[in-house]
Amino acid sequence: MEFGIVELSRLQFAMTAMYHFLFVPLTLGLSVIVAIMETVYVMTNRPIWRQMTKFWAMLFGINFALGVATGITMEFQFGMNWSYYSHYVGDIFGAPLAIEGLMAFFLEATFVGLMFFGWDKMSKPAHAVVTWLVAIGSNFSALWILIANGWMQNPVGAAFNPQTMRMEMTSFGEVLFNGVAQAKFVHTVSAGYVTASVFVIGVSAWYLLRGRHIDLARRSITVAAAFGLASAFSVVVLGDESGYSATDNQKMKLAAMEAMWDTHEAPAAFTLIGIPDQDARETKYAIHIPWVMGIIGTRSLTTDIPGINDLEKRAEERIRSGMIAYGALMQIRTERDAVAPAVTTTFEEHSADLGYAFLLRKYTDDPTTATEAQITLAAEDTIPTVWPLFWAFRIMVALGFGFIATMGYFFLRASFKGMDFPRWSLRLAVWMIPAPWIAAEMGWFVAEFGRQPWTVDGVLPTAMSVSALSITEVALTFVGFLTFYTILFIIEMGLMLKYIRKGPFMDVKETELWMDDHAERLHRTVSGSPIATPAE
Amino acid sequence: MILHELISLDVLRVIWWGLLGVLLIGFALTDGFDMGVGALLPFVGRTDTERRIAINTVGPVWEGNQVWFILGGGAIFAAWPLLYAMSFSGFYLAMWLVLAALILRPVGFKYRSKRDSTAWRSGWDWALFVGGFVPALLFGVAVGNVLQGAPFHLTPDLLPVYEGSWYGKLLGLLNPFALLAGVVSAAMLIMHGGAWLGLKAEDPVAGRARAIGLYAAGVAFAGYLLAGVWIAFGIDGYTFTSEIVANGPSNPLHSEVAKGGSWLAAYSARPWIVIAPAMGLIGMVMAAMGLRAKREVSTLLWSKLAIFGVISSVGLTMFPFILPSSSDPNSSLTVWDASSSHLTLFVMLVVTLIFVPLILVYTAWVYKVLWGKVTEDDVIAENGQMY
Repeated sequence: MEFGIVELSRLQFAMTAMYHFLFVPLTLGLSVIVAIMETVYVMTNRPIWRQMTKFWAMLFGINFALGVATGITMEFQFGMNWSYYSHYVGDIFGAPLAIEGLMAFFLEATFVGLMFFGWDKMSKPAHAVVTWLVAIGSNFSALWILIANGWMQNPVGAAFNPQTMRMEMTSFGEVLFNGVAQAKFVHTVSAGYVTASVFVIGVSAWYLLRGRHIDLARRSITVAAAFGLASAFSVVVLGDESGYSATDNQKMKLAAMEAMWDTHEAPAAFTLIGIPDQDARETKYAIHIPWVMGIIGTRSLTTDIPGINDLEKRAEERIRSGMIAYGALMQIRTERDAVAPAVTTTFEEHSADLGYAFLLRKYTDDPTTATEAQITLAAEDTIPTVWPLFWAFRIMVALGFGFIATMGYFFLRASFKGMDFPRWSLRLAVWMIPAPWIAAEMGWFVAEFGRQPWTVDGVLPTAMSVSALSITEVALTFVGFLTFYTILFIIEMGLMLKYIRKGPFMDVKETELWMDDHAERLHRTVSGSPIATPAE
Repeated sequence: MILHELISLDVLRVIWWGLLGVLLIGFALTDGFDMGVGALLPFVGRTDTERRIAINTVGPVWEGNQVWFILGGGAIFAAWPLLYAMSFSGFYLAMWLVLAALILRPVGFKYRSKRDSTAWRSGWDWALFVGGFVPALLFGVAVGNVLQGAPFHLTPDLLPVYEGSWYGKLLGLLNPFALLAGVVSAAMLIMHGGAWLGLKAEDPVAGRARAIGLYAAGVAFAGYLLAGVWIAFGIDGYTFTSEIVANGPSNPLHSEVAKGGSWLAAYSARPWIVIAPAMGLIGMVMAAMGLRAKREVSTLLWSKLAIFGVISSVGLTMFPFILPSSSDPNSSLTVWDASSSHLTLFVMLVVTLIFVPLILVYTAWVYKVLWGKVTEDDVIAENGQMY
């Protein structure tokens, strides 16, 4: 593969987005966990819960700062590096991004300051509401971003306008209730909840192994294991595979993930493991599990899942149809108002395939005159590289089942064994901390690498989406971002570790007040002495 | 009848042109004082405690304020996609510098006081200075370039192409008029930061901030006047030479534009717009007097009026142009041909009308809860809550 402006721009986007997503899942999940803890504090009034809330909120804050910092880039780099994309689909894609700001990020960012600075400035319930608003804001934020991303995977509710040379929205409702977006949202926030749960359990396990902050650690594990177990089920069962039948290219992505070269009769078998060979178009040493693929991919036993070879043939047909659309478009563009109605009709009949004609731009300036060989090459381009998808998907799924098992184990020990955790399980929990991040990055890799060669499925090829920049400019910013982000990441990790080592902040005054109050109450009611400790 | 056709396309375009202004002004009024405080930080705080006081005056609110900037990006994308595509790819390296500077702020605020080392803290103090001063300067530089037109053209596919080599593009932005605009912008936001610290901090931090803010107000005033004279005598305006189709499809190549004439012709065509520069100048004078007399709330309000006046004067002077092209005037982006579709503009207007009032209400509530000065006692109390 030659390395040009398109590849470099892709690399920069992938790098900045994947860096951003190191911080996002923890923000999504930890905000909810902190809000749950604070709710328990408001209900029970026990200082330990306040201490837990503040401790996890402190770690949340360190992580949140980098989430915001790396998020700033995301909002602007479509325009910076993908200016043709921005023009071509901004009419649709821009809307959810703007609504994310209006509805979600404003809420989250306005209240996050109060969450940290407002402890002594408002009542306990009011502060808990503020914390919940931060959690709701961050989760809504994910919703709108995934509506935007879902549209790239399944571009519904839009049509091409030859006058403005771009896609325009025809139905906001369709964009909003895009099935792919909904599936992605549930999958992504669940993954965030799992990430935060694994993080909380891991850090707490580390304390238990060292015999520190035992009250805080045990309670934190109890909360996180229950929350994490439900989320781990959700992330696997409600995986976003259900959306993979929406478009031809989503089908291609599914087939590539499974290294399914030929269409098999329904219900298709799932390839547990194997070595995909793209040149020979076969998967060597494959171990199959009958039926499973059909059920995952189509939620039915009778629907076929098309294989890569058949999808390639379909792409070739669509390229030919797209060439007709392209020819008509050129005519409309030059003749503008004087264009014959027949030309408009022809264009409208084939405009759904216009994007496929753009695939030929890589090989010829005028797609209407493309040769057979060029058409074949363009059709072949619709197949993503199979092996990275095949493996990334399997790693993600294996980790997903691992999370269910771990969360289930900790949940059972916390609920039925009096929060008694064997040392091996605590060590495992500490080592497991990076796993959800690996799974999340793999998931994004599958979703976005699998979308190639398109930025918007079937509508706009990646190669056409880039800005008219010089390679020097993109190289400079790539190195700039990489260096800058890496330094910030190292600083963040250093602070995280420092504050985890330091442990929770003991609010002595608060604790004493509570003990006095509690002792008094016990004396007043039964005969007993103050047996309860603030930790209970 | 279809709902979105209740408002015609040309009206929606003008509304969204106004909302673009509202977002930029909202950003400058709120995050403006955060940037001003950042730029003032090394000069108003001599000890660690004094610097922490300055930082904590904006600590709980800067994050929400910054969303005006993020939302600005999102709203330009949604309502003016060609402007989003053209400006950010055209001003590519300058934009990267702005982003890099702004990225320093979330980390700077959050991490600065999390370690005791002096080197660590003074490093972050300078990061916060850069995060405040550099964007404040570069936003003005950008406006200065927009007023002169940028060297770009649109291909028949409507791919925006900015002309010149990569260093030529970057250095071309730093021309004398644009630098003057940058100085005005930075000085204005430093004045704003001074007014904010005067309200939220006590002496000596507040006193130093007022003193520097006063100078900044003077620089902003003189620079703004000078820029006005420069525009009158040294900079060409742009005009449509073909008939204006306010309801037509968003394609700049369908109309013809010429460079020439004066931007100030707008003031004879629409004399009422003189109110904008007047507000700018009066606001600056009154803010300066307030800083001198140590008035608190009113000074901040005058400073806001100044910013409101200055930013709207740019928009009103250029209307209907948003980003003219100096090398290929026909490619110029205007209110009439660079917007989103009728439906998208309408949907986004409905969403904006629901959420912006809501945002204003809860933001006001947060400021109310946080009302009052940040004192030395607040920051030295070791409860781990302050930055």
